[in-house]
Amino acid sequence: MDPFLLEALLNGVLLGGVFALPALGLNLVFGVVDVVWLCYAELVMIGMYAVWFLYTQAGWPLALACAACLPLVAGLGLALHWLVVRPLLNAPPINQVLATGGVLFVLQGAATLVFKTDFRSLGVDMPPMELGDVFISGTKLIAFCAALVGAACLWAFLKFTYVGTAIRAIARDREVMPLMGVDPRRIYLIASGVGGTLAGLAACLLVVQLDVHPFVGLSFGPITFMICVMGGLGNMLGGFIAAFLMGLIISVGGFVGSTEMSYVIAFGFFILVMFIRPQGLFAR
Amino acid sequence: MSRPIPMALALLALATIPLFGPPDYVLHLLITATLTAIAGTGWAMMGRFGLVSFGHGAFFGVGAYTMALLWNLYGVTPWVGIPLGIVVAIAAGVTLAWPCFRLRVVGHYFALVTLAAGEIVRILMTALREATGGSLGMTPNRVAAADGLAAMQFGKAGFWWLTLACWALGLLVWWALDRAMASKALAAIAEDEDAAASVGIRVTREKLRVTMLSVGLAALAGALTAQYRMYLSPESVSGLGISLQIVFGAIAGGMYAPLGPTIGAVLTIGLDESLRVFFGTELTGAAPFFYGILLVLFMLFLPRGIAGLLEKRG
Repeated sequence: MDPFLLEALLNGVLLGGVFALPALGLNLVFGVVDVVWLCYAELVMIGMYAVWFLYTQAGWPLALACAACLPLVAGLGLALHWLVVRPLLNAPPINQVLATGGVLFVLQGAATLVFKTDFRSLGVDMPPMELGDVFISGTKLIAFCAALVGAACLWAFLKFTYVGTAIRAIARDREVMPLMGVDPRRIYLIASGVGGTLAGLAACLLVVQLDVHPFVGLSFGPITFMICVMGGLGNMLGGFIAAFLMGLIISVGGFVGSTEMSYVIAFGFFILVMFIRPQGLFAR
Repeated sequence: MSRPIPMALALLALATIPLFGPPDYVLHLLITATLTAIAGTGWAMMGRFGLVSFGHGAFFGVGAYTMALLWNLYGVTPWVGIPLGIVVAIAAGVTLAWPCFRLRVVGHYFALVTLAAGEIVRILMTALREATGGSLGMTPNRVAAADGLAAMQFGKAGFWWLTLACWALGLLVWWALDRAMASKALAAIAEDEDAAASVGIRVTREKLRVTMLSVGLAALAGALTAQYRMYLSPESVSGLGISLQIVFGAIAGGMYAPLGPTIGAVLTIGLDESLRVFFGTELTGAAPFFYGILLVLFMLFLPRGIAGLLEKRG
C-alpha cells in the first residue's frame, strides 16, 4: 500500500482518538441531563490555558499541571450545571442551548481578556516514531493512548460502580428512576462533573498538539457536536465509533484533496447522515 | 404594526435624520444597528416558530460574496448584484432546508445541520481564494464619485436611506406574514407537526416559505453590510461567530415581537460601542464577555427578550 495513504489512515485513527474524549463527555452530559453544552469546546480551551499557564508560567512539572487541570475543568462543569443549566432544566431546549451559547461567549471573552489573542504553545515535542516506512508523531500517539485509557475508565465507571449504574439508568428512563429512589438532581450534578473531567483530560491531550488561543474551541467544537449527533446523541459507543470515522474522513480527505476540503467533506457527510439516519448512524 | 400611520410617520422622522447634519459617527452607528436589525428580523421570522438556525451567517455571507464577486469580476452593479445574491442565498437555503423539512430534521438536529452548513460555506469562501482572496478578504472595486450612485457607493446619508428602506421592507414582510394564514399554520407546526399535518397544513411548504423569507433578509443584510464597509472576509461576514451574533440580537430584543430584533440590534451595537469607548481596544475580550453574561441572564430571567417586557400579560 502507498505509505502516504497508510500514514493518512493512521493519522486519521489518531485524530479520532483526540475527538473521542470530548465527544464522550458531551454525549454523557446530553444522555443524562438532556442538555447540549454548546460551550463544551470552550471548557476544553480553558483547561488548555490552565495547563499552559501552570507549565510555562508557574513552572510546574507537566504531569502535575495536567493533574491540576482535571479538577479545575470538572469544577467548571459543576458550576456550569449549577448556575446555568439547573435553573433551565424545564425550559424549552432551545433556551438551554442558547444559554450555554452565552457561556461560550463568556469563556472566550474571559480568555481574551486574561491571555490576549496570542497563540500560546507548550513547546513540548517528541521525535516522530518510525514504523516501517511510516512516520507517526509521538505526541499524537501518546494522546491517542491516553484517550483510549480515559474512555476505558469512563466505561468501567459507568459499568461497575453504583453511581455509574444510576447514571445509565437515568439516561434510559428519567421518569421511573426517581421512583426507584435515585435523586436525579444528584445524578445530573455528578454527570456534569464527569463531563467536565473528560473535557479537562481532552485539554491535556490537545494542548500538546495545538497552540492555545481564545478561539481554539471553534476549531474542534463544531466537529465534536457532529460526532455526537452522528453516533446518536446519548449513545456513547456510537459517538466513540463516529469519532474515528470523522478522524479518518478528515485525514484521508486531506490526503486526497486539501485540509479545507476535507472538513467540507466531513461536514457534508454529517449533513447527509442527518438526512438519512437522523437518529444517528449507530442507533438501535 | 397594527397602526400603519404612526409607523409611517416614525419611519419618515427617522429618514429626516441626515438633514439635521448629525456627526458621521452617529449616522455610522445608526446604519450598523439597522443592518444588524435586518438580519435579526430575518432570523427571528424562523426562530419564533421553533426553526432555530445557527447557520444564518452562511446566508449573510453568500449575499455579500455574490454581490462583491459579481461586481469585481463582471462589473455587475450591486443594484442588480444584491437581488441576485438574495436569489443565490435563497437557492442555497432551499437546498439545505427542503431535505431537512422533508426528512423531519427538527429541534437540536436542525440547529446542528445549519451549523454544519454554515461552517461549510465559511470554509468554501476561504478555500476558493483565487476569487475571494481567502481569509484576507476582498474589497469591492471603487469607482469615481460621479458614478457612485450607479455602483451603490455613496455617502452615509444615502446609505442610511437605503438601509432604512430595507429595514422597513423587512418589517413589512413580517407584518404581511402575521396577517396571512401562514403564520397561524407555522404556529401550529411549531406546537405539533403531526397534528398540524392532520388538519391539512402543508408542513414542508409552509416551513420552506418562511425559510426563504428569512434567508433572503439575511442575505440582503449581508450584502448591504459588505457594500457599506467596502470590505468582506469569511470571518467578518460568515461563520459561527456571525451566526451567533445574529441570534443574540434577536433573542435579547425578543423574537416574538416585530420590533424585538431591532431593539436587540440597537442594544448590541450600543453595548459594543460603549464597551469600546469606555475600555478602549485594550480589552478586546470585554464585549463578548458581557454579551455572554447578558445572553445567559436573558435566558434565565427574560426568555422573551426586552420586547417581552412590553407585551401584555395574557
